[in-house]
Amino acid sequence: MKIELSSEQKIIKDQFKEFTDKEIIPYAKQNDYEETVSKELICKVAEKGYLGSMIPKEYGGMGLDMVSIGILNEEIGRGCSSVRSLLTVHGMVALAILRWGDKKKRDYWLPKMAKGEVIGAFALTEPEVGSDAKSVKTNALLENNQYVLNGTKKWTTMGQIADIFLVFAQCDGKPTAFLVERSTPGFSIQPIKGLLGARASMIAELKFEDCHVPEDSIIGTVGTGLTHVALSSLDYGRYTIACGCVGLGQACLEASIRYSRKRKQFGAPLRQNQLIQKMITEMFVDIKAARLLCYNAGYLKDVGDPDSIMETWNAKYFASKIVNKISSDTVQIHGANGCCSDYPVERYFRDARINEIIEGTTQMHEVLIATNAFRNY
Amino acid sequence: MEEIKGKIKVFLSRFFRKHELGDDENIFELGFVNSLFAMQLIMFLEKEFSIRVENKDMDLNNFKTINSTVSFIESKMNLVEAK
Ligand SMILES: Cc1cc2nc3c(=O)[nH]c(=O)nc-3n(C[C@H](O)[C@H](O)[C@H](O)COP(=O)(O)OP(=O)(O)OC[C@H]3O[C@@H](n4cnc5c(N)ncnc54)[C@H](O)[C@@H]3O)c2cc1C
Repeated sequence: MKIELSSEQKIIKDQFKEFTDKEIIPYAKQNDYEETVSKELICKVAEKGYLGSMIPKEYGGMGLDMVSIGILNEEIGRGCSSVRSLLTVHGMVALAILRWGDKKKRDYWLPKMAKGEVIGAFALTEPEVGSDAKSVKTNALLENNQYVLNGTKKWTTMGQIADIFLVFAQCDGKPTAFLVERSTPGFSIQPIKGLLGARASMIAELKFEDCHVPEDSIIGTVGTGLTHVALSSLDYGRYTIACGCVGLGQACLEASIRYSRKRKQFGAPLRQNQLIQKMITEMFVDIKAARLLCYNAGYLKDVGDPDSIMETWNAKYFASKIVNKISSDTVQIHGANGCCSDYPVERYFRDARINEIIEGTTQMHEVLIATNAFRNY
Repeated sequence: MEEIKGKIKVFLSRFFRKHELGDDENIFELGFVNSLFAMQLIMFLEKEFSIRVENKDMDLNNFKTINSTVSFIESKMNLVEAK
């Protein structure tokens, strides 16, 4: 057994880190405040090829291995959770097209997605349906070689700016995935503002009112929308979120170390206080543990191991939980300064909170992980 | 054929610990597998037998029993060899 990044992975990690430090971190506060990621910033991410990080080279993507993709999401997540969420949902759609789309769709969409000319969004959740995804109410009816979509989707990350949407609807009671273009008549998009965290995720509510899409808009087959298409996309989503949590935790740790070195109370830097040291220790070790779970999940994905799916659930569960404790302790270490937007840590705290809700809540993870544990022993 | 069957049985035994799965028993009707199983099975088959499960193969009948899965793999492998 060897747990070590390859030399290529180490080099690419440095590049991701440099990009995040230079291009992402200086804008993260503004993104949060304005609830938007600017076009210029998205262009910079695209120019680096990161929107094609998960797309094979034959389609103009970076064709990165899964461990490197994890590192990219960790580094970007260290800078801005909303930019990381762009990589997540865009990748979920690109990978669905790659894995389950026909050749025509792969050849048409993937090169555009790799360049960032087209942005993808993933529309599963509805106003009335979240965790119980198989009960989505959006309906698709086949009429004269077209499907007619009716229904509402909510909380669609990047819905405000996306060009194509992977939409899940019931087709004769069977969950099915459709690729819907933004310009399709009968499809309208309302921005949602005022989020707690990941505020620049440009979330939207989507309405489908007699929205006609061609019959070949289906990704996968009728009935495999959840068990195969959504499951593989969400697996990627969960993985990149887990890695993003590691990055966010790292940002918290670094801020806490900096602050507890500098801040003096009772005539000594906070760092000399053992109660502060305990918080730093827990952060430090938890981040390492979460990172190892992510590397393990990434490695298993790279070798095509079916256990990678469960290991990704484990990694996302752990990483999203610890980052909430870590960001809360980070605010604690910063005292009143931690409660004010002069410091980034209040944003870290708010951003962290989102991760226990998206891509399966902590409770859904607990149900699934426990079921798996009981099956194995 | 026996080799393919053996490998599939070892994989499935992880999900059917308390049940001796018959070769023609419907895997999906027994209630042992959860929503992740279908993708785990596909990943296993693709990796173990170096095949790709395409959209047109996504018929539950291909994977419903041990025997049907073995036939599916054999037909896929014949296709690969014929190329
Ligand atoms: C910032 C953000 C971005 C998002 N982006 C997207 C996106 O891009 N695409 C998309 O489709 N969706 C997106 N979502 C929606 C997200 O996937 C859902 O919020 C999530 O699946 C949970 O669903 P819900 O909010 O309806 O909660 P519910 O399912 O209503 O759950 C409410 C609470 O009850 C608990 N609960 C529910 N059922 C059980 C049970 N059986 N056992 C125990 N506890 C249970 C849950 O854990 C939770 O704590 C986003 C959400 C947010 C906040």
